[in-house]
Amino acid sequence: MELTGAEIIIECLKAEGVDYVFGYPGGAVLHIYDAFYKQDDVQHILVRHEQGATHAADGYARATGKPGVVLVTSGPGATNAVTGIATAYMDSIPMIVITGQVPKHLIGNDAFQEVDAVGITRPIVKHNFLIKDVRDIATTFKKAFYVATTGRPGPVVIDIPKDITAERVEFEYPSIIEMRSYNPTFKGHTGQIKRAVDLILSAERPMLYTGGGVILGDAAEQLRTLTRKLGYPITQTLMGLGAFPASDPLSLGMLGMHGTYEANMGMHHSDVLIAIGARFDDRVTGSLEKFCPYAKIIHIDVDPSSISKNVKVDIPIVGQVAPILDAINNLLDSTAKQPNKTAIKNWWQQINEWRAKDCLNYDRNSDIIKPQFVVEELFKATNGEAIITSDVGQHQMFAAQYYGFDRPRQWINSGGLGTMGFGLPAAMGAQLAYPNEMVACITGESSIQMCIQELSTCRQYGLPLKIINLNNGYMGMVRQWQEFFYEKRYAMSYFDALPDFVVLAESYGHAGIKVEKPEDVRPALDEAFKQKDRLVFLDFIVDPEENVYPMIPAGAGLNEMILV
Amino acid sequence: MRHIISILLENESGALSRVAGLFSARAYNIESLTVAPTDDPSLSRMTLVTTGSDEIVEQVCKQLNKLIDVVKLVDLTRDLHVERELILVKVRAENEQRDEIMRLAEIFNGHIIDLTDRTYTLEVTGDSAKIDAVLKALENIPILEVVRSGQLGMGRGAMGIV
Repeated sequence: MELTGAEIIIECLKAEGVDYVFGYPGGAVLHIYDAFYKQDDVQHILVRHEQGATHAADGYARATGKPGVVLVTSGPGATNAVTGIATAYMDSIPMIVITGQVPKHLIGNDAFQEVDAVGITRPIVKHNFLIKDVRDIATTFKKAFYVATTGRPGPVVIDIPKDITAERVEFEYPSIIEMRSYNPTFKGHTGQIKRAVDLILSAERPMLYTGGGVILGDAAEQLRTLTRKLGYPITQTLMGLGAFPASDPLSLGMLGMHGTYEANMGMHHSDVLIAIGARFDDRVTGSLEKFCPYAKIIHIDVDPSSISKNVKVDIPIVGQVAPILDAINNLLDSTAKQPNKTAIKNWWQQINEWRAKDCLNYDRNSDIIKPQFVVEELFKATNGEAIITSDVGQHQMFAAQYYGFDRPRQWINSGGLGTMGFGLPAAMGAQLAYPNEMVACITGESSIQMCIQELSTCRQYGLPLKIINLNNGYMGMVRQWQEFFYEKRYAMSYFDALPDFVVLAESYGHAGIKVEKPEDVRPALDEAFKQKDRLVFLDFIVDPEENVYPMIPAGAGLNEMILV
Repeated sequence: MRHIISILLENESGALSRVAGLFSARAYNIESLTVAPTDDPSLSRMTLVTTGSDEIVEQVCKQLNKLIDVVKLVDLTRDLHVERELILVKVRAENEQRDEIMRLAEIFNGHIIDLTDRTYTLEVTGDSAKIDAVLKALENIPILEVVRSGQLGMGRGAMGIV
């Protein structure tokens, strides 16, 4: 059947099973919008700013595992999408971003709303394409989805000049695609897996250290089996939370800069470190010279370039996490060798001593609302079952520390890039994917204002999010660093003209509740979650000078934490 | 240490800038870079000279391999290989210096490929050390222009990229 380029784009999205596209129209994509208008299979969600579109698609992808899809116009449409593309890239989130481009004959002419989208996005995408021929649209989309979702996932940008979206050509969607230059590794090396199992079983002070790769690779089941089979302690990165249940006694919580004392001490003193789908990020390792001095390291990762990038490892295994963990679990079942029971018992005894420090303790009798308290109460009010998104800063750390995530894809935050403004649009994507789930965005008065315009989108599509605004009047994390390292010179970290968030929410057609006393926290949360079809903006006035503890100062080792 | 990395990549617009962009984004060194299509016009072959510790060069190779346009690559310096570079030097050639430059060209197995009554243009090929030696030998001759092709390289015998 002969179709226009614009219609072909819709057909490609349908063939890939796309249900939502997040976007914003403009001149260069008008043919595509016209094609959207004429069909009902793929729903377009109109955001209020292109950054919101990318974060919403990203939130959708993180919640579902399916690629998020974005459609924006040329020029400013593309540049506004850049922050969201980089956010997805840093956290390896599968995403397809369609950017309109000026007609072919105007490319390079400094035409109206022209920007070199492929050039600008090159360092923040897994791959990008400029389509120059209407006949290439179908194959390019097939390739784009294949690249975005396989291996280490990531965003792919497709830049499409306006003229070719109007040209007509016979449409056929390729059923398979082969790329000689792209062959991601799927299965791990059998010999390496055997060596890893031997080392795992010889461990006296083992530690499992797992990251976002377990969630991206849908390997949470395998990880649970492995960890429980071994009875070894496990700590998870900010991106990995939920892959292993926080409520399981084997879990030591998060590690790294604001991780728990027991997790970081356990890392430091371990003799065998089993790293799975984690990339030894600087917020995790602290000082590289002081990192895990006694450990032999096994590293399972789908991306060969993650291996020995920051920390030299002893047994690398490249491949998809799930089949590798399956293979390890099978080997553990079939071997006669068992973990060293006495050594592991002693190790747990040591870990429990560290645990007894109760490093996440805070003043629970305070007269002013503590941000940690709000997160704990949110956990109770939602029975620990809500999908939680966050922005970036202190509230993000409090969310990670105090909301115990028990399932993968329940915790959605910008870990790598640390993008303020991420939380609200990401929550929109998650809520669209799961209309019947509770979705809450934990944010702060600074972050929320970076994409607050999306409250209007929430109104248009009736998204009943709950916004948990931990309002301390400061850019909390900036203020904390200024308190610690700049002798309390709070340069530009204070907001003295905050909006009345309740009135603001109401003006967008939502409900707003201001909460100022600890005893009102839980009733307000209960009231908010009772309103099942309404967005409720909860403005919690919290302790302005609360800090995130524990903390590893820059340049220190994991064993050099500051407790409260 | 100096490494010569030979890369087969898709002959597509933007492929070169992906490689160049990777080097600047990750603060890797590029000493020289040459690229041209191969006998298969859908493929380009690039020869890239970089310096760095073994760990860094290993990362360079892994990151290059991650680029979707890169089909295959090999670090030639890990094995026996041949390398060649071409240099063109335009020099002022007047009076008795004309003979001297001719002799120099012969010694280096080079050619004079262009001349006017006041200039010669020399062409010499060889490995980098030889090309450096050519420039050293021309120290007393007024050089007007120099252009070097950058290194090309190939594994010896059975070794190579295919």
